[in-house]
Amino acid sequence: MHSNSSSPKASWALKAAALGTLLFLHVPMWIIFLYTFTPDERTFTFPLPGFTTKWFGIAFQREDLWRALSLSFKVAAIATLAALVLGTLAAAAVYRSKFFGREAISFLLVLPIALPGIVTGIALRTAIGGLDIPFSFWTIVIGHATFCVVVVYNNVLARFRRMHGSQIEASMDLGANSFQTFRYVVLPNLATALLAGGMLAFALSFDEVIVTTFTAGQQSTLPIWIFSQLSRPRDRPVTNVVATFVILLTFLPIFFAQKLSAQSSDTEGESK
Amino acid sequence: MLTRISTFFHQHPRLVLFLLLGPPMIYMTVVYLGSLFMLLVNSFYSIDDFTGMVIREFTLKTYAQLFTPANREIFVRTASMAAAVTFVDALIAFPLAYYIAKFASPRLKTWLLIAVTIPLWSSYLVRVYAWKLILAKEGILSWFINLLHLDGVLEWLLSFEAIGGSSLALSPIGMFIVFVYIWLPYMILPIQTSLERVPGSLLEASSDLGAKPFQTFRNVILPLAFPGVVAGSIFTFSLTLGDFIVPLVLGNSKFFIGQAVYSYQGTAGNIPLAAAMTMGPVLIMIIYLLVARRLGAFDAL
Repeated sequence: MHSNSSSPKASWALKAAALGTLLFLHVPMWIIFLYTFTPDERTFTFPLPGFTTKWFGIAFQREDLWRALSLSFKVAAIATLAALVLGTLAAAAVYRSKFFGREAISFLLVLPIALPGIVTGIALRTAIGGLDIPFSFWTIVIGHATFCVVVVYNNVLARFRRMHGSQIEASMDLGANSFQTFRYVVLPNLATALLAGGMLAFALSFDEVIVTTFTAGQQSTLPIWIFSQLSRPRDRPVTNVVATFVILLTFLPIFFAQKLSAQSSDTEGESK
Repeated sequence: MLTRISTFFHQHPRLVLFLLLGPPMIYMTVVYLGSLFMLLVNSFYSIDDFTGMVIREFTLKTYAQLFTPANREIFVRTASMAAAVTFVDALIAFPLAYYIAKFASPRLKTWLLIAVTIPLWSSYLVRVYAWKLILAKEGILSWFINLLHLDGVLEWLLSFEAIGGSSLALSPIGMFIVFVYIWLPYMILPIQTSLERVPGSLLEASSDLGAKPFQTFRNVILPLAFPGVVAGSIFTFSLTLGDFIVPLVLGNSKFFIGQAVYSYQGTAGNIPLAAAMTMGPVLIMIIYLLVARRLGAFDAL
């Protein structure tokens, strides 16, 4: 595949600029990791005035953190499940038939992430408040599902488009009914797309803060907890540990989802 | 039995389509479009100055409030920030996107794309938090600037009223750096996609015809990459326009749109004004998207 062997090599300036951008993207996240070891409680002094590992243990014992973490997990799990069902249904409909308004569906699904998050957030809040629905776990989930659907939809639709229609025809010709065809031909083909889409939807929901601030009542998800620490820092060292934990936790699903997508060269660089 | 149902479905494709499309469309229409509609309706209500209650009667009074000097300033300030962030992001993104698209080996390309995508998907809040550490007065950036004996320059920059503040962590300059950092991957990927489509033969033809590398870059690569830049700018512009976390965390008393909306609906309890104010970014984005489509940006998405 080395077709451009005759093309000129990248100049040093270009390489340096590319490397600089790459470092700019990644170094800031490493710095948080460094700060988890600072003994300093009140400031962000650099160089670190010492070295300690005690904050890991202290963070581990914080009840409020565990509550926030478990709420975030539950919300993300249910929102992802809803997104998997709704996104797959929409992708299947758009793939298998041509109908009036097909373009409008993609547009409608992408709208929650194309418009600024604050618009989605305040719209949901106005609607929930206007209908006198109490803010709860479910109002958070409903909000998250709106913007998770498009991630699954994009991944599954891309997979459908690369799938060979002839396989489905062959299955039908050999006497399988639609359910059997779905179970034994379509589903195995979709599996990795569903996995990748599901993981990205989970990461998106797990991390969401803008819409959540408008749809949550008294509950606090992990991002809401971090946000409260950002505006009024009370537990700096614990926040450092939590931030590092979040980076590691989101890194793995994103990494695998990207690998899965790259292997099947599906949807690279899907927009949030 | 199953076979009979299957046959029935096969004979009624419209029914199947309806069953597939029903749940997602009902959900998105009722929950999402319904909420947007409620928001729009609320922006035409007003608030009683004495009781603080929402008066549910049609009025343009609330929209008129958007044109007070204070609110106009908020719009101008936010749009300028979004424009500056977009411009600098395009500038920084280009070399990396160009390298990934045209020079990296297939193996390296996969890794570089993952390296760009991981920040895109990883926690937005944590990435903002990282800069709170870096920009702090006693933090690593100040330390580094002192090391280079450039602290005078920093003081001088921070002394400007429009962009400065008490420290980098509480100034528009700091916000600008964080915005540039946070949205950068959204700019890199579309540019890379559009550069990927420039055929190598075109570049060879250009140099065969005697163009110097810079001329090829200026007259062939740049125009072809432009739709990618516009596509990326949709994200950087829209995201900066609507963000309220970064201004809340790093800003001072000078409001940005997102922050104003947040405080109008929260502490002030003025939902109509908050609703009317969000129509600003919505309108700006609709115009932006229409222009972007004319420039061919959607092909690069």
